[in-house]
Amino acid sequence: MLQRMDTIARNLFPAGLALVALLFGATPIYLPGYSAIAPNFTLMVVFYWAIYRPDLLPTAVAFAIGLVQDALMGTPIGLNALLLIAVHGVVVTQRRFFQGKTFAVVWSAFTVIALSAGLLGWVLVMALVGATINPWPGIFSMLLTVALYPFVTWVQARIHGAVLPAGLHVPR
Amino acid sequence: MARLTAPIKVLVQRFAFLLLVVSAFVLMLLGKGEALLVDRFRTGVLDFAAPVMEIVSQPAAAVANAIENVKDLIHLRSENARLKAENARLVAWQSTARRLQAENATLRGLMHVPVELPERFITARVIADSGGAFVRSVIVNAGRRQGVTKGQAVMTADGLVGRVFEAGFYSARVLLITDINSRLPVLLEATRARAILVGDNGEKPKLAFLAASAEVSVGDRIITSGQGGMFPAGLPIGVVASVDGTGVRVSPLVDFDRLEMVRIVDFESAVPLPSSTEVAPRKK
Repeated sequence: MLQRMDTIARNLFPAGLALVALLFGATPIYLPGYSAIAPNFTLMVVFYWAIYRPDLLPTAVAFAIGLVQDALMGTPIGLNALLLIAVHGVVVTQRRFFQGKTFAVVWSAFTVIALSAGLLGWVLVMALVGATINPWPGIFSMLLTVALYPFVTWVQARIHGAVLPAGLHVPR
Repeated sequence: MARLTAPIKVLVQRFAFLLLVVSAFVLMLLGKGEALLVDRFRTGVLDFAAPVMEIVSQPAAAVANAIENVKDLIHLRSENARLKAENARLVAWQSTARRLQAENATLRGLMHVPVELPERFITARVIADSGGAFVRSVIVNAGRRQGVTKGQAVMTADGLVGRVFEAGFYSARVLLITDINSRLPVLLEATRARAILVGDNGEKPKLAFLAASAEVSVGDRIITSGQGGMFPAGLPIGVVASVDGTGVRVSPLVDFDRLEMVRIVDFESAVPLPSSTEVAPRKK
């Protein structure tokens, strides 16, 4: 019984991490112009777990995280949900590519995926609002996301190792 | 057995993925029409997250304040001199304002202009600076419980911040005047020319639907016109920053990077909206 509860807690862990990242990402830090180019922390979280433990962060959870993000950020509801499941889908289907690759390769792949997601989001928002939007805040936001990826990944890897000892679940 | 179920599993997964993609699109279209269910979901999440955000935002605000304090200390002498000069100027203005207020009251009485009741203010703290690249909004720690409702004007001492876009029970989202969805009826203070202030997610919103004959020059003040009834008239918004072939840009008076405390103007509950025929005879 206790062990089952433990397992459930561990399974909810990546989603919880995404929510914490979301709340911290929305904190006002009073830097000029920051809020417009704030990095997309949930993208990093979903990307990381889609590579290393997709069993703990299935597509439906990525979708739910996106919905909560949309509700909190005030973005059109469903927008981040779509972006996150798209990123999740791409990464999971290409998992074999990521396996055993150096960090530089994974980071480059993340750069491509983050910028593509940013582009898709930009196009979708323009379609929904019916007006053109300055692309630069979106580009800077994604560049900041890419720049912070190594740090966030380091933190996640530390937590991953501490909370989820290898052997409890064997990655597929 | 496992060999047989594997392809089915893949098929189910693909179908689930497709279903989620479709629901994301459906939600986006539903949300565009301000569906009640989407609104409920948004305010529910907001209320759920508000207490956490309130705690998380305090240290950040404290650090920002500490940095600000050090800056203030450095500029203490020059700031003091500036404030003394400003104070002298404002004292002169105060006597003028008092005289005009009295005169205005007399004239209003003579003209039978219905008295505008004072608005009620709800003070709130900004607990999240959300939105990212596509939305300009903040979350404040006051909601329906404090009397906040959708559509109310939000200001600081400097000027207009935006309007309440979603009101939860403990928290609310404020759409800034710079957001791409923001449309605000405004007046040029000096010439009383009407226009609509249109946000585009940039720092300087645009003046649209300004009459071609209207004279505009850089530095003109922009105020709310009060048209539409949700906003009080005459709230300061900004000054004209540039006038050129592409249009008129307005520089807001509020520094959106330093939003900390805001006042929400409870205008509707302060001013009951009787039909004008009822008001006129009662006034003597």
